[in-house]
Amino acid sequence: MLLEVRDLRIAYGDIEAVHGVSFSVEEGELVSIIGANGAGKSSILNAIMGLVPSRSGSIRFKTAEISRIAAHERARAGIRMVPERARVFPRLTVRENLRVGLYGICDRAREKKQLEWLYSLFPILAERSGQNAATLSGGEQQQLAIARALISDPCLLLVDEVSMGLMPKLVDEVFKVLQELNRQKGLTILLVEQNALASLEISKRSYVLETGRIQFEGESRVLKDDPRVREAYLGL
Amino acid sequence: MSEYSITIGTLIAIQAIVACGLNVIVGYAGQISLGHAAFFGIGAYASALLTTAGGLSFWTALPVVLGITGLVGLFLGLPSLRLREDFLAITTIGINFIVVSVFQYVPFFGGALGIGGIPRIVLFGERIRGVSFLLLSAGFLAATLAICWLFTRSWSGLACFALREDETAASSMGVSPVRFKLTAFILGTAMAGLGGALYAHFMRFISATDFGFPMSVMILSMVVLGGMGTLWGPVLGALVLGILPEVFRPLTDYRMFLYAALLLMMIRFQPGGLLGENSLARQTFSRLKGGKP
Repeated sequence: MLLEVRDLRIAYGDIEAVHGVSFSVEEGELVSIIGANGAGKSSILNAIMGLVPSRSGSIRFKTAEISRIAAHERARAGIRMVPERARVFPRLTVRENLRVGLYGICDRAREKKQLEWLYSLFPILAERSGQNAATLSGGEQQQLAIARALISDPCLLLVDEVSMGLMPKLVDEVFKVLQELNRQKGLTILLVEQNALASLEISKRSYVLETGRIQFEGESRVLKDDPRVREAYLGL
Repeated sequence: MSEYSITIGTLIAIQAIVACGLNVIVGYAGQISLGHAAFFGIGAYASALLTTAGGLSFWTALPVVLGITGLVGLFLGLPSLRLREDFLAITTIGINFIVVSVFQYVPFFGGALGIGGIPRIVLFGERIRGVSFLLLSAGFLAATLAICWLFTRSWSGLACFALREDETAASSMGVSPVRFKLTAFILGTAMAGLGGALYAHFMRFISATDFGFPMSVMILSMVVLGGMGTLWGPVLGALVLGILPEVFRPLTDYRMFLYAALLLMMIRFQPGGLLGENSLARQTFSRLKGGKP
């Protein structure tokens, strides 16, 4: 098991947002957590990355307990995140943004190889490589955020609401890229999405989160046909 | 060159070194500091005490001075790990006032009388004064700029920039906020210490009021005016703010008014500073560069 979360509780002050959630991700899997706004999806991802503290519960990554170590140490261990709304570094160039992703892995030959690969994956980034990230459009920033997370060859990629604010055509493209990365490169991905249909379509397994609790879990294609899920989340 | 212009030039070079140090903290790492003069003062007092009471030469005292200011900078940089923006600004102002009052009221630091009789710097058997001191200060400024340049090109520099832009995103890329905020504080305050040591041996008499809050504001104005986060910005800022008071000497009563007006104009028309992004200077330069065949 690459990632195993047991009985995770997250609270903001007195208000508990996630009430004892357990799930796991195996190596090479693409798993999604779907749910409405405010269900606690992003909180869970942020807790795995170490950006919000967990109140209790365990987070095991590659058999090591990581719930008490700092975010940058988890990043070093091989977890990377595509944050909600991209959060690129606005006054750094596209190239510099990507280099930050390589921080701690300073290897010139590898840097060149990775850049070539990412520029072929997202050709627009090659075109804009000398431009400040602030000048990119929303979709381009999202692509940059993905590339910045991928450049270090992470063991686990956390993707937070990648579809938010993107036009539908781009959403399809980004999802296609994630699916290909998973199928062809064997990249393990944990996806958190409001866009339930799209994420059920590309993921192998899914968890349905409702106000801080997991309501359903299972194979994505089974969940997609489950009448309760269809009614509540797919609007069908 | 007249003695007058040499003195002005030397003070500008020294203040430019201190401003470069503040630029590392504010411009590179994005940590606001309104108490930078405290470290300027700590450097000056450390060097003054080590060379008078301590009997060391300027050159043997200098590494100790840099060590002391860097260490105090590390210690006083700790609040930046927990505080953000406005609270950090207030805390650093407080630090400035505390340091000044320690210098003023603790007899060990000479009290209100300050420290006098600070020896001249001796280099190759020569006592450094006048033009030589100006050249020495310019040399130290060049070294400071070289260190800043190397820093911006290094992984540490990139890590600091990332922290400045978005601390959360940077830490999820493996950048330790603690490590690089403190690195910036140590480097920036050590540069202030260098400026302080030069100042002490140039003036040969120092007192606590030289390093008060108005000096911190002045140094910050230099950095903002020239362009935060740029290499040459603090130097240009030190030049402009060093020369202006001399040019406007007849208007000396209105000096603070002019400063305020200047800063407001900057914020309105060139928010990134004279050499910052989208500044007139940058745009003209890139147009010239683009215009070449």
